[in-house]
Amino acid sequence: MRFVDEYRDADTARALAARIEALCEPGRAYKFMEVCGGHTHTIYKHGLEDHLPEAVTLVHGPGCPVCVIPMGRVDDAIHIAEQPDVIMTSFGDMTRVPGGRGSFQDATARGADIRMVYSPLDALKVARDNPDKRVVFMAIGFETTAPSTAMTVLRAEAERICNFSVFCNHVTIIPAIKAILDSPDLRLDGFIGPGHVSTVIGCRPYDFVARDYGKPLVVAGFEPLDVLDSIHRNLVQLARGRAAVENQYARVVPWDGNRKALAVINEVMEPRPHFEWRGLGFISHSALQMRERYAAFDAERIFQIPGGRVADPQACQCGEVLKGVLKPWECKVFGTACTPETPIGTCMVSSEGACAAYYNFGRFSRARVREATRT
Amino acid sequence: MTADDRTVPARHADPLAPGRELRVLERVERSRRRKARVREELITLAHGAGGKATRNLVEAVFLESFRNPLLEPLGDGAVAGELAFTTDAFVVTPLFFPGGDIGDLAVNGTVNDLAMCGARPAYLSAGFILEEGFPVADLRRVVASMASAARAAGVDIVTGDTKVVPRGKADGCYVTTAGVGVVDPGVRLGASAVRPGDLVVVSGPIGEHGVTIMLARGGLDLEADLVSDTLPLNGLVARLLDTCPAGRVRCLRDATRGGVATVLNEIAEASGAAVVLDEDAVPVRPAVRGACELLGIDPLHVACEGRMVAVLARDCADAALAAMRGHPHGAGATVIGRIADDPPGLVLLKTAFGGTRIVDVLVGDPLPRIC
Repeated sequence: MRFVDEYRDADTARALAARIEALCEPGRAYKFMEVCGGHTHTIYKHGLEDHLPEAVTLVHGPGCPVCVIPMGRVDDAIHIAEQPDVIMTSFGDMTRVPGGRGSFQDATARGADIRMVYSPLDALKVARDNPDKRVVFMAIGFETTAPSTAMTVLRAEAERICNFSVFCNHVTIIPAIKAILDSPDLRLDGFIGPGHVSTVIGCRPYDFVARDYGKPLVVAGFEPLDVLDSIHRNLVQLARGRAAVENQYARVVPWDGNRKALAVINEVMEPRPHFEWRGLGFISHSALQMRERYAAFDAERIFQIPGGRVADPQACQCGEVLKGVLKPWECKVFGTACTPETPIGTCMVSSEGACAAYYNFGRFSRARVREATRT
Repeated sequence: MTADDRTVPARHADPLAPGRELRVLERVERSRRRKARVREELITLAHGAGGKATRNLVEAVFLESFRNPLLEPLGDGAVAGELAFTTDAFVVTPLFFPGGDIGDLAVNGTVNDLAMCGARPAYLSAGFILEEGFPVADLRRVVASMASAARAAGVDIVTGDTKVVPRGKADGCYVTTAGVGVVDPGVRLGASAVRPGDLVVVSGPIGEHGVTIMLARGGLDLEADLVSDTLPLNGLVARLLDTCPAGRVRCLRDATRGGVATVLNEIAEASGAAVVLDEDAVPVRPAVRGACELLGIDPLHVACEGRMVAVLARDCADAALAAMRGHPHGAGATVIGRIADDPPGLVLLKTAFGGTRIVDVLVGDPLPRIC
């Protein structure tokens, strides 16, 4: 298949892997963080770690939009869904995310009308088709999905669809990366930079990573060769003693981002003073809320929302996993109390979550399989 | 760069980590083999998706109460002496889709479940649950499909039942079928017969039924030249069993809900062996692959209604493949992997990229009501 197979070629991967190995200084260990959950998924789905030398470790970052939603926000969404005449809509990934009172799936079984959509425009269509219902779209995601939410609000206004609103949970990537860099318990050598987010925000906002923290960051595409190439570029920079922002994903990401998309976000949304991230706690100016001018489409103003903070279950170590401090399997409840079918933490729910990716794709001993292949 | 940055030993800062990881993995597998429990208070759609939740429900609720030696293997049907017996319920939406309708599925589904037991299907029953207001013309269409599917499979529909429920209490038309068939002496199929070294074969390209239904629902604004793969597999199975000496066909499964991945996981778990697949060898038509890429679904998880997975002893594989390919319903038959010793109970995939990963059972369901 064009545009796919050429980025999954095993021979090219082996050649790149040899160059990666050659760049590793003997006796030195390298840790790179892939910020984005999409990369985590790619890494496990294609078995990318089999191409990496022992010296290179990948650390999974906080860029999974579902994983960072705190339990309290899930409860708020379910509270809205249970109001009379409400149809709640969201992406399929949200279906099984546990709140304090269960997930969307449980709320649906209790009688709430919660529907999976593929885009906010689908949610608007639900509103158009059900004029006697109040249709709410639970918006999640980084700057990647925020423009489509904002466009949908503008469309709703233009078409005067008054029974549509957005429960806005959009977050922004830069404060999260900064929180990781400031975290005392993690030492990284460089970053595999998020690709989809960068199609919107461009590469400039990452300048501080190289300038203030002295770490390379290579914005990468989502095919496995993209990720491998990004690791290679990180190592080249380290070998030359450089730290810069690079764009490996230039076929999609413009250096300056997408100004139209940024303008649309800015028209409809503004930064929140602070927002709670699962595992990372409250981070200032790290999320978006609807502007006053679009109050008519803001579910947080339309509905009385409890807005309670729900502490994560004690056993759950999603925070450490999201910060890359723990590998998924190092969590106390990994795979026993917390599994994809009965998740305790969000990292086990989304297909982009590090725990789910490891559980679904990587739950075996690579060393033993390598050994078996050799014999 | 500080000096101590450079002195960290390779990959795992903790030199004991590889051993620890192995112990965690063993603990996880033990926990997966624990007795099934249903923790939910209410039925959710996941319980019908064919994945882990379905399995838990079947084991913890049905098997727990009905337990008997014929039910216990939880195969596609029960085999008692020479008699094979199975039943299936159909709630697909939409009722009519490219390449078939609920009627074809209802007949082929039960015929195939019998065939997977190694049986020659003989008689079917049909039950209809109809919603008040359902067009009689649509019912006639469904029934005509069933009649023609039964003729094609060489079975008779010999008994049935009809119920009508008030408007809104069902979705148009649900169909249930049950079937009996005859198993020849000497034919005993099952996952427990699977041995390391055996080969894993699929009878044709996978995932076409599931993707066709997904596109037929129209919510995705995608179009592709695809039709459902719904087919009766009894002719193909008969030819396979005639070709191979007794005991060389180890196990047959039709890859319906949950797809090839689910069937292979059940085989791996029941046999305690590993299934090792080669991604490049798995036949997937470009339209199916494209749709799956776009939707982030693995074709191995997508339902087929006319494809089977066969585990064959290596020494009869060539003859078996030739026989299957000579049958119109097995023209695309091909080897996709093999049975190995390690890791026990797991399905591994050698990816086209040159890596290795697990293929697990789906937990949720991207697509309810596929059959």
